[in-house]
Amino acid sequence: MRAVDAVMECLKAEGVDVVFGLPGGANLPTYDAFVDGGLRHILVRHEAGGGHAAEGYAKATGRVGVAFATSGPGATNLITPICDAMMDSVPVVFITGQVRTELLGTDGFQEADTIGITMPIVKHSFMIQDPLEIPRAIHEAFFLARSGRPGPVLVDIPQDLSRAEIPYEPVADVRLPGYQPTLEGNQKQIRQAAKALAAAHRPVIYAGGGVVNANASDELVEFATSDRFPVTCTLMGLGAFPAPHPQWLGMLGMHGTRAANYAMDEADLICAVGARFDDRVTGKLSEFAPNAKFIHIDVDPAEISKNIPAHIPIVGDAKHVLAKLLVEYRALSAPTDRLSEWWQRIEGWREKYPLSFEDSTDTEIKPQYMVQALYEATGGDAIITSDVGQHQMWTAQHYDFPKPRRWINSGGLGTMGFGLPAAMGAAVGCPEMTVCCIAGDGSVQMNAQELATCAQEKIPIKVFIMNNGYLGMVRQWQELFWDGRYSHVETGDYPDFVKLAEAYGATGMRFDDKTTLVEDMKRAIATDGPVVVDVKVTREENTYPMIPAGQAAREMVG
Amino acid sequence: MSIVGEPATKEPLSLEDLQASGNLRSGRKHVLSILVENKSGVLTRIAGLFARRGFNIDTLTVGPTDDDQISRVTLTVDGAIHPIDQVTKQLHKLINVLKIRDLEPADTVARELALFKISADGTQRGELMQITEIFRGKVVDVTKRSVIVEVTGTTEKVEAFESMVRPFGLIEMMRTGEIAIARGRGET
Repeated sequence: MRAVDAVMECLKAEGVDVVFGLPGGANLPTYDAFVDGGLRHILVRHEAGGGHAAEGYAKATGRVGVAFATSGPGATNLITPICDAMMDSVPVVFITGQVRTELLGTDGFQEADTIGITMPIVKHSFMIQDPLEIPRAIHEAFFLARSGRPGPVLVDIPQDLSRAEIPYEPVADVRLPGYQPTLEGNQKQIRQAAKALAAAHRPVIYAGGGVVNANASDELVEFATSDRFPVTCTLMGLGAFPAPHPQWLGMLGMHGTRAANYAMDEADLICAVGARFDDRVTGKLSEFAPNAKFIHIDVDPAEISKNIPAHIPIVGDAKHVLAKLLVEYRALSAPTDRLSEWWQRIEGWREKYPLSFEDSTDTEIKPQYMVQALYEATGGDAIITSDVGQHQMWTAQHYDFPKPRRWINSGGLGTMGFGLPAAMGAAVGCPEMTVCCIAGDGSVQMNAQELATCAQEKIPIKVFIMNNGYLGMVRQWQELFWDGRYSHVETGDYPDFVKLAEAYGATGMRFDDKTTLVEDMKRAIATDGPVVVDVKVTREENTYPMIPAGQAAREMVG
Repeated sequence: MSIVGEPATKEPLSLEDLQASGNLRSGRKHVLSILVENKSGVLTRIAGLFARRGFNIDTLTVGPTDDDQISRVTLTVDGAIHPIDQVTKQLHKLINVLKIRDLEPADTVARELALFKISADGTQRGELMQITEIFRGKVVDVTKRSVIVEVTGTTEKVEAFESMVRPFGLIEMMRTGEIAIARGRGET
């Protein structure tokens, strides 16, 4: 069969049920194979939209997302999603077309050195040089994307090779001698960790996206509740521990809660699970958790001791390690009353500094209230995606995520324009779920073209634009740290999002009254097909509390 | 990495006694011997990990091994300037990298090959031949006004030879960079 037909067979063998992509010259053969390939393909309007949709699909389902693009500009349009997937460890396989082999390196039409350009931002990539390699490369790509620390894998297939006749046999064995992720965790180290936890008087569990990726939420809850360990999650880890919960401190980091940040600051032992001590979490590194010792559990050995030296490093997958840690910890029968003083201290912070905001006294919608209203309208039972900026932080703060894979956002790369296509991918992957995107009025424009895809494919995402007419987070920083000298942050009343939605074939709505917002939102969610809601919110509201960049947790303001 | 306390006992672990594993500059030259799959792009992936951190690779050699599927990359980098622990961990993550050894200088035999083109007329040639003899070098080309000498040895020896012949008029010098093999019976 043709190599491209073999690609279809490989994808089906890997359990792929949908591909997001856009055809072009170099992948014409591949698209011909879709005609009889028996695979669902969703035609996106920009390759970046396809890439983020594949990420959203992967984050919502836990399965590998797939995005296709042609050579040259098609492939370069995928750069942002590839880099985003790398930063947030999202399992996605990207398959790009390439010019035919005789044109390689000649600046042929629509030629780009896709492998070279993407090399620093992929987990691995395959440059196909022989059509016989194609099936094995595809299977290896899926194996690499989903195993160990997940990530993006790219397969670049020259057009002429994709047309070659090859014998296809399913590849059952994947041979990667240089790739053996450690999942189990060293038993002695785990025992050490259990004993350190038993000795700690001010412990904190600091959980990140690795817990979600490893499907280790149940293990985390069971371990944390085997004693009264306080738990905080990173932006990527939200939902890994159910909120609200008596042991839940809220998110930590730059816009985290005071309880979480102060607890980190005063902790004597921090148990990091699938988290990587990002600068948005640590603030000033030299003053981060100055009294703490660190247990660091991560499937990626390169993360351990990268930013903060670990006292007890454990290389392993969160699911395996937490299960073993629970057994070891229980065997120690540590006295639970040793944490009473610590909890008194934490409760003190909780009471004194709850997440709050000054609500309006009229009908004006405060952005924080908008998030709370959406929580009420959905009953907390929805997948929420977001773009990047103030609205993202407010959503992370004020929407209580009860389960993992309900909160989908771009954390590491901070990609504006992520939310709408990610919602599209999540809705395709989880058709039974309500999928809402809380977007910024600046961000949403960066991939608004995918509304056409949603309309055509009847993908019923509900996009709530938190519209303050500003690039809000940049405006906030200019206000706080640049003497209020606003420079190019105002977006004004443009575009008219209701008309834009209608032009794309979606339903457009506009809400500006707080008193009816919850009911209005319920109505938007109940409306068939894609819906875009322009929610007018307070224009110059700041996201608080906040640790100013480069400062210590105890210097939180607001 | 040092961890105190015996894992097998049930004693709680005193937090005061825990010591962190560091990520510091080692202060010495590192010879990294890296076994890789013989595939296109591997060298770029390796070099890229150094480049993105602004690390300077001092020497780099790539060559075949006794298995034609596998190549060996030997590179040297100064651990006094760069914290290489992180980059070594990242190297391990490359799918085509099979094995990395950070060779201890004392347990390693390292050699490089250098070619020196030295200006030398009749009167100087004798002295130059003597120096070459002392360094167990070989004259591989002679013209009326120049000689080419081949020297093999450690980096220190090659540099010593260089300083000896420089006064004659060093026209050109080519060095391969070090290759290294672990001492003793075990594989590198």
